[in-house]
Amino acid sequence: MRAWHFNETAYPFLPPAETYPSIRVSLPNRIYDPLKGAALYDRFIDEWLIAEDEGVEIMLNEHHQTATCVDPAAPLMLAALARLSKKARLLILGNPIANRRQPVRVAEEMAMVDVLSHGRLEAGFVRGVPYEVLPANSNPVRMNERHWEALDLIVKCWTNHDGPFSHEGRFFHHRAINIWPRPIQQPHPPIWVSTTSTGGAARVGAHGYIQATFLTGFDLTKRIFEAYRRGWREAGRGRDVPLNRLAYAALVYVGDNAARAKAGAEKLLWYITANKVPPHFSNPPGYVPVAMNVALARGVLNVVSPHGTRQGTVEGAIEAGTMFAGTPDQVFQQLKKHWDHVGGYGHLLIMGQAGFLEHDDTVHGIRMFAREVYPRLKQLYPDTLISGHATPADAAAS
Amino acid sequence: MPETKLRLADVELEMFEDGRGRPLLFLHGGSGFAGEQPFVPLLSKSRRLIAPSHPGFGSSSLPDWLDSVDDIAHLYLELLDKLALKDIDLVGCSIGSWIAAEMATKVPERIRRLVMVGPVGIKVGPADKLDIPDIFAMPQAEVQKLIFHDPVRMAPDPAKMSDEQLAAMFRARETLALLVWEPWMHNPKLKHRLHRAAMPTLLIRGESDGLASADYVNAYARLLPDARIRTIPAAGHVPHLEQPEAFASAALAFLGE
Repeated sequence: MRAWHFNETAYPFLPPAETYPSIRVSLPNRIYDPLKGAALYDRFIDEWLIAEDEGVEIMLNEHHQTATCVDPAAPLMLAALARLSKKARLLILGNPIANRRQPVRVAEEMAMVDVLSHGRLEAGFVRGVPYEVLPANSNPVRMNERHWEALDLIVKCWTNHDGPFSHEGRFFHHRAINIWPRPIQQPHPPIWVSTTSTGGAARVGAHGYIQATFLTGFDLTKRIFEAYRRGWREAGRGRDVPLNRLAYAALVYVGDNAARAKAGAEKLLWYITANKVPPHFSNPPGYVPVAMNVALARGVLNVVSPHGTRQGTVEGAIEAGTMFAGTPDQVFQQLKKHWDHVGGYGHLLIMGQAGFLEHDDTVHGIRMFAREVYPRLKQLYPDTLISGHATPADAAAS
Repeated sequence: MPETKLRLADVELEMFEDGRGRPLLFLHGGSGFAGEQPFVPLLSKSRRLIAPSHPGFGSSSLPDWLDSVDDIAHLYLELLDKLALKDIDLVGCSIGSWIAAEMATKVPERIRRLVMVGPVGIKVGPADKLDIPDIFAMPQAEVQKLIFHDPVRMAPDPAKMSDEQLAAMFRARETLALLVWEPWMHNPKLKHRLHRAAMPTLLIRGESDGLASADYVNAYARLLPDARIRTIPAAGHVPHLEQPEAFASAALAFLGE
C-alpha cells in the first residue's frame, strides 16, 4: 500500500456563498488576493514536503477558473516540487488532455518533470470535470475520444526515439514530432487515468494503466474495480490484476484523539460543501450520456456526481466510504472495511487539506496517518497482493 | 406516417414529407423537428414540405466525422441531388438558417428563394462581446426567456414529455453543442461568401428574439445582395412555433411572389 498526500491548493477566503452563483467558472478573480495566494502556495508546498519527510508520496491536480483548486498549470507546480522534494514520487492527476490543444506539449512538460525530478514522475491523465469545458472552451461532446487519442499520442511521443514521426488523427495533427527531452523512466513514466464510470475503467484496464477513482464510496468503487479487472483480462493481460494498478481517493483525517479528529474532519468537508456549481456548469450538453440526462430530468438524484447528499456530514461521509476519519484505530478499521468491500487497492490518495484546515492541523493529520496508520496498512496490504479478493488472506493465497 | 428514412453518404436521415405543390425544403433549428408542430400543416397545405432531421437530431444518425454546420450543408447538397430538387425554396430556422445560408453560397443557382428565421452563423460584432448569447453558460430559465416571447406558455415541460421526447431533446442539445461550440454560433468564413447568395431572401425575426438581435439581423441582411426583413410581434427566436400563422403567412407570401 502506498499513500499520497493530495492538496488541492484551494483559496478559501471567499464572500458568503449566497452572494455568488458559482464557486467555479464565473467567480470574479477580484476576490483572489495574490499575496494571500502566494502565502498559501508557500504553505501547501511546505505540507507536501512534510508529507515526503513522513514517507508519504506527493500528489497534485489541475483545475481552472475556480477557488477550489488554484493550480491551473499543474505542471508548473510539479516542476517546483521536482526541485524542492528529494525522494517522493510525484503524481499529477492529472493532465486534462481532452481540454489541451496540444498533446505533444503535454508530453514535453511531463518529460521535463521526469528529468527534473530524476525519474520520480507519475503521469496522470483525466478527462476533466464538466466545469472545465468553459474555461478551456473545450467541446463537451466527444471528450472521451479526444482523451484517448491524446493519451496514445503522448505515449508515442515518449517512446519514439528515432527522429520525427507524424500524427494525422481524428482530433490532432502533427507533421514532425520529436520531443526533447525524453523521460528518464523507461519505457515511460507510470501512467494513471482517473474515471468514475465502469465503461471508462474497463478501457483503462485494457491498457494496464493505473486506475484511480475519487470519492466513489463502497459499491460504485467495487463495480469500477471489477470493470477494470474485466478490461485487463479481456485484453489478455493475464488473470491476476496486481494491487498497485488500483487507487482510491478519499477525504482522510487522523487525529490523536476523537475530538481533534472530528474537528479536522469537519473542516475537510469543505471539499464537498463549498463546491457550489449551478447545473449549466456541472452538466454541459454531451458530458453525460442522453439516458443519464433523462434519468436526471426524471428526478433520479446523484447520477452525474458521486457526491451524495449524505456526505455533508462527517458521519454520512464515513458511512458512504468517501471519508476515513477518527483516531488511528478508527481510521484503520474504516479503511480495512472499505478495502475488503471493494476488493483491494494499492494506492490511497489522501485528500488531506481543504478550506480552513489550518497548517498545524493539516500537518497533525499527515503525521498521525503516516506514523500510526500507514505502517499497519503497509503490513496488512503488501504490494505483492492480487486485487479482487474479499480479504488479504485470500489475495495472498491466490 | 409521412416520416421515412433516407440514406445519404453514411448518414441515415429521418425525413418528413407531406403536401403537394412546389417543393419547400424546411431546415429545423436547435430543438429539432416534429410533424405535430402547428406550423407544419400551414406550410404543407399548399406546398410539398420536405423536412429532414439533421444528423444527430430526431432519429437521424450522427457519424463520427461530422461536427460542423458546413458538413450538414454539404450533406444537403447531396439531398438536393437525390430528390432531384432543382429550383428549390429553402426555409431555415436558427441553425437551420445557417445551414441554408451555407448551401446558398455554394449552389446559389439551385435555390429559388430563401427564408431565414432567427438567423445565426455570422460574426459581425466586436471581439469582446458574443454576437449570440451563450445559452450553455446560463440557467435554462434564462435561456427560455431569450428564446420565447412568452416562456410561460411556450417553454417545454419535461414533466409532460415522454422518455422518448426527453431523450430527443437531450440528444438535440448535445448535437447543437457539437456543431456550434467553437467558433461560437458562427463560421468566420460565411460572411465573406454571402454575396454569392443573390436569390431573393426574407429574414424573419421575432420581435422579442433574445438570441439574434435586431442589429445582428440587419447586419446579416446587409451582407446579402437581395434581402429584406420581416419582424413578427409577440414572438422570440422561434416565431414559427410561437406565432405559426403569422410565420406561415409571411413565409408563403414571400415565396409566392
